[in-house]
Order: sequence, then structure tokens, then C-alpha cells
Amino acid sequence: MFILTKRHDRLRHQGIITASVALGTAVIAGAIVMAAYGANPVAAYAAMIRGALGSGFGLAEVVVKAIPLTLTGLAVALCATMLLWNIGCEGQFVMGGIGAAGAVMYLAPVLPSALLLPAVILCGALCGAFWAFIPAFLRVWGNVSEILTTLLLNYVAIILMEHLYFGPWRDPEGMGFPGTPLFPPAAMLPRFGETRIHLGILLAALLVFALHALLARSKWGFSIRIIGNGPRAAAYAGLNVPRQTLLVMAASGALAGLAGMCEAAAIHYRLQEGFASGYGYDGIIVACLAALQPRLIPACALLLGVFIVGGEQLATTMQLPASISRILEGALLFGFLLSETLGRYHIRLARPTNRT
Amino acid sequence: MLADITFISKIAMKSSVAVCFAALGEIYAERSGVLNLGVEGMMLVGALAGVAAGSATGNPVLATLGGMAVGGLLALVHAFFAITLRVNQTLSGLALTILGGGLSSFLGRAYIGKPALRMRVWPVPYLKDIPVVGDIFFKQTALVYLAYILVPLGAWVLFKTRLGLRIRAVGEDAASADAVGVNVTAIRYGSTIFGGCMAGLGGAYLSLAYTPGWKENITMGQGWIAIAMVIFATWHPMRAFAGALLFGLLTALQYFFQATGVEIIPVNVLRTIPYLATILVLIVVMRLDRTQGRGAAPAALGIPFSREG
Repeated sequence: MFILTKRHDRLRHQGIITASVALGTAVIAGAIVMAAYGANPVAAYAAMIRGALGSGFGLAEVVVKAIPLTLTGLAVALCATMLLWNIGCEGQFVMGGIGAAGAVMYLAPVLPSALLLPAVILCGALCGAFWAFIPAFLRVWGNVSEILTTLLLNYVAIILMEHLYFGPWRDPEGMGFPGTPLFPPAAMLPRFGETRIHLGILLAALLVFALHALLARSKWGFSIRIIGNGPRAAAYAGLNVPRQTLLVMAASGALAGLAGMCEAAAIHYRLQEGFASGYGYDGIIVACLAALQPRLIPACALLLGVFIVGGEQLATTMQLPASISRILEGALLFGFLLSETLGRYHIRLARPTNRT
Repeated sequence: MLADITFISKIAMKSSVAVCFAALGEIYAERSGVLNLGVEGMMLVGALAGVAAGSATGNPVLATLGGMAVGGLLALVHAFFAITLRVNQTLSGLALTILGGGLSSFLGRAYIGKPALRMRVWPVPYLKDIPVVGDIFFKQTALVYLAYILVPLGAWVLFKTRLGLRIRAVGEDAASADAVGVNVTAIRYGSTIFGGCMAGLGGAYLSLAYTPGWKENITMGQGWIAIAMVIFATWHPMRAFAGALLFGLLTALQYFFQATGVEIIPVNVLRTIPYLATILVLIVVMRLDRTQGRGAAPAALGIPFSREG
């Protein structure tokens, strides 16, 4: 079939090749699925691009989606840099929303209104950090795979959120509609002008710079990258891996929690059905496409934002399910993996006489 | 009292089958050295394919085979990336889960709320008359009986046949297996695709027999629970069956409390228990394992093989 031999030179134009292979795979896979569904792929892609990039509203919505995607992308990338897989960002995102709503429920009556928003932000981050700390602790103490525990806790967080907005935190004036009460104005993250772009964009930008600086330049970042080179490198350098695991996972959870806090305090203004919409899982793709580099994450987040907004627009203009964005994301990740192989190996077809 | 226990056990058996199939398949894939985290995605697409094939043909056998075939097809994608292209298997599996979730949600919209093929309960002659045991195990749908056959058969093939030996050898030390003439690539492809067929079968069981009809996200994490059960089972099919039964029991308790209206434990707490118990089971298994979790796992799990090294 195929024979792969190691490349000893670097592939030229690696960045362009990665981008085009990944995007090409996504576009082709999406076209096949749309055609199978009975839709015209060209018309559908045109509608997606027009919907996401063809108007000021569309562009602003792409940025709105890119804010939580940047934060969850950072969360996954930070962990993956030291070979930890945090695929529980969805749950940490939900916990961030719960933290924000909880701060509004219990602190709004007692805190001066100027302090309410900082409290909301802090509670969101802390709840996310707490949710990621559990798998980190189990990993350190019991060597339990963080892949499975972070993921399983997603379901627990979502059930907890449903319990809260169907039960004790339900809005008594919600007219039977399940959801927590609307946030008071003092707990809302301010938006810019007529758009839904909110203050979270500054938070996200700040964290991108901070993480880039920390990972690239600080002693802490250096030690994380050494641990990421494998357990033997870490042991040789005499690093305290358990402590870094707890710290990095908690920081990662805080980032995802902030994403959830932003969605609660700037978009929905409450917890309700549909709050957990997959930004946590999208973070995995953002982080991979960015090759775990914080400085590349915003661009990748914007790309996924285009997919998501395009998918939503497709749902309204052509009555196609918005989940097309998820198919594109999955195929995008496969395309990215393909491009990695292209960068690492020479691929050629085996002659029929060769046994592979 | 006995009636209650029989009722709970019957539901527990019924609720464990999808996890059981998926875990059996994943054991084969991992035993051959391929980690496939795409089980959830393969189950979802298998469940949808089962519904689609069922409404197209009206034949439960073809519907089941449709689910298996599509599960296997998705596994082929993972196999190509993991085995031939030698990519990171964790990421390839996650990509498969995301893709499968998207595919099932996109293509499944046409089937939401539609009446679907429903597999009937088929009591086994004679065996159904055994008191208690007959009620629990032999008044089920045909796919449950298939699990009774496939699990011991899967264990037998893996541990008692030449094929099973080859699968295990490839998963432990691919280079040595290759040196004695085992076709590593073929064994890994075969095991991974078999794993996908089993995940698809598990999904089809959910959408044809357990809760007939297509619902978005019908698996609710059962694919991930199956992967956890593989670790709990230390890669043994029979122990995976036990793990799946534990999951089934916790699910059954939820139904029992809802059906009887007794709310000793709030329903939302019960809903979280299968996930929390799975985590607990992982903790116990890891604490009991003195080899830091590496002893039981196939040594070459997740490591691509090539002759050139």
C-alpha cells in the first residue's frame, strides 16, 4: 500500500501545507456529507461564507464565538504542552457558568455592585479550576487516566447544571421556562456597540499574551515544556511533576471556566438549555491546529468561529442542520493529522511485489 | 421483594449490552496495539445507521448489520490514520468522536421523532421457564442473546486460538511478531475494524432494541464508559461483561426509582452515578495495580509499527 520513510529535511512551506491540507480535507468531507444529505455543496458553502463573512453582523458573531474558543483552546494547549489531555473543557466551561450564576445568586444581594462583576469572573474561574483539579488529583494520586476522568466529568457537570436551572436556581418569573434568573446589569460583561462582542475579548487577548510569555520565556514554562518531552526528561531535570500536573490542570480548568463565565455573563445572561454547546470540545481542535502555540490560537479560534457561524446561517437560510460545523471540525482535525504525517515522512506507493 | 430484584436485574442486563459490545470491540483493538478513542462516535453513527437501515428495509437483521458496517467503516478511517499514517492515536480517536457526533446529528435530523423499527422481545423456549433466571436473562431481545454468545466467544478466540495469539503478540511487541512472520498491519486493521463493528452493534442495539428510534446523542457517553470498562477489565472480555453489568445495574436503579416513585435518592444524583461510578472503578483498579497501570495494558498500545523503526 503506502510506504512511509522518515524525512530528514524539513518540509518547505510547512505552515501553508498544513493549512491547505487541513482545510481541504474539511471542505471535501463536508461536501460529501452535504451531497449525501441531498444538498448542493457549492450553494451551501456559499451560504456559509456569506453568512459568516458577508456582513458586519456575521463578522461580529465570528469574533463572539472566537472568544470562548480562544479560551478553551488555550486550556487544552496548556495541558497538552506537558502531555496532559484535558478533554473535559466542556464540563469546566459549564462549571464556569455555574460559578458565575452562583455568584449572582448568592453574592449580588450582599456585595456592592462595583464588586459584583469581579466576583462573577473570579467564581467562574475558580469553579472551572476546581472541576479540572479533580482529574489532576486522581492522576497524581492514583495514576488514573485524565482523558477518561475529564471526559466523564463533563456529563456530571451538565447534569448538575440542569439540576440547578430546573430546580433550586430556577427563575420563579420564568413562566415555566427552565433557566436561572436574568443577571442584574452590574453582573453583565459590557458589550461593544450594537454587536455581541464583549469585554471577554480583552480578557482572552491578555491571556494569550500572558501564556505565550509564560510558556516561551519563563522558568515555569520551560519546566512544563521539559515535562512535555517525556517522563525521563522530567526525572533527569529533577522536576516536581505531580505539583506541575495539579497546577497546570487547575490553570487549564480556570481558562475553560472563564470561557463559560463569559458566555453566561455576556451572551445568555443566565444558565439555560443549550448553554453547553460544545466550545469545550472545539478547544481540542483549536489547540491542535495552533500546534499548541498560544500566539496562533486566536487565528484558529476565528476559523472555527467561521465554521460555527456559517453553520448557524446555513440552518436559517437553507434549513440544513447546524451540526455541519461539527463534521467540518472533525474532518479538519483529521486533515491536520494528515499534514503532520506529510511533514514527517516521505510517502510513496508500494510496488505490488513488495509486502507491506 | 424478589419481584423487585428480578425487575431490577432484568433492566440491568438490558442496559448493559451496548457498553458490553463496545468494550469487547475496544478490547480487540487495544490488544492489537491500537487505541481507539472514537468509540462514542462510532456508536452514535452505528445507532443512526441501524435506524436508517431499519426503516429502509424493515428487517431487524439488516438493520443490525447496517449499524455494524457503518461502525466498521468509521473504524477503517481511524485504522488508516493510526496504522498507515502513524498519527497520534489519541487525537485521531478524538477526531473520530467529533466527526461521528457531527455526522449522526446532521444526517439524523430526518429521523427524529419518526416511528422506527422495534426489535421484539423473544423469550427463549424452555430457558424462559427457569424461575428468576429465566425472567432476568431469557426474556430479552435477540441482541442480548448475541452478547451471551459473543463475549465468551471473544474471550475464547483471544486466548485459545492462533488468531488470538497473533493479535496479542502484535499488541505486545510488534517487531517480534513481524519477525516470526505475522502480518502486523493486517492484524491491526482487522482488530480495529472489528472494534468498530462492535461499537456500531452497540449503537444499533440502543436505537433498535433498548430505546427504539433516533435521538440526538442517544449514547450519552456510553462509548467512553466502554473505554473505561476496558481498563477496569484489564483487557479481558469476560471481566468487561462484568463491568458492563455494573453500569447496567446503576442505570436500572435509576429506572426502578422512577417507576416506583420512591425517591430515596434524587433523580439527578442517580443520573450522575454511572459516570461517577466509572471514575471510582478506574481509581480502584489503578490503586490495586502495583505496576502503575502499565502491567495489564498491551505493551505496544498506541505505538505505531514500521520495519524501519
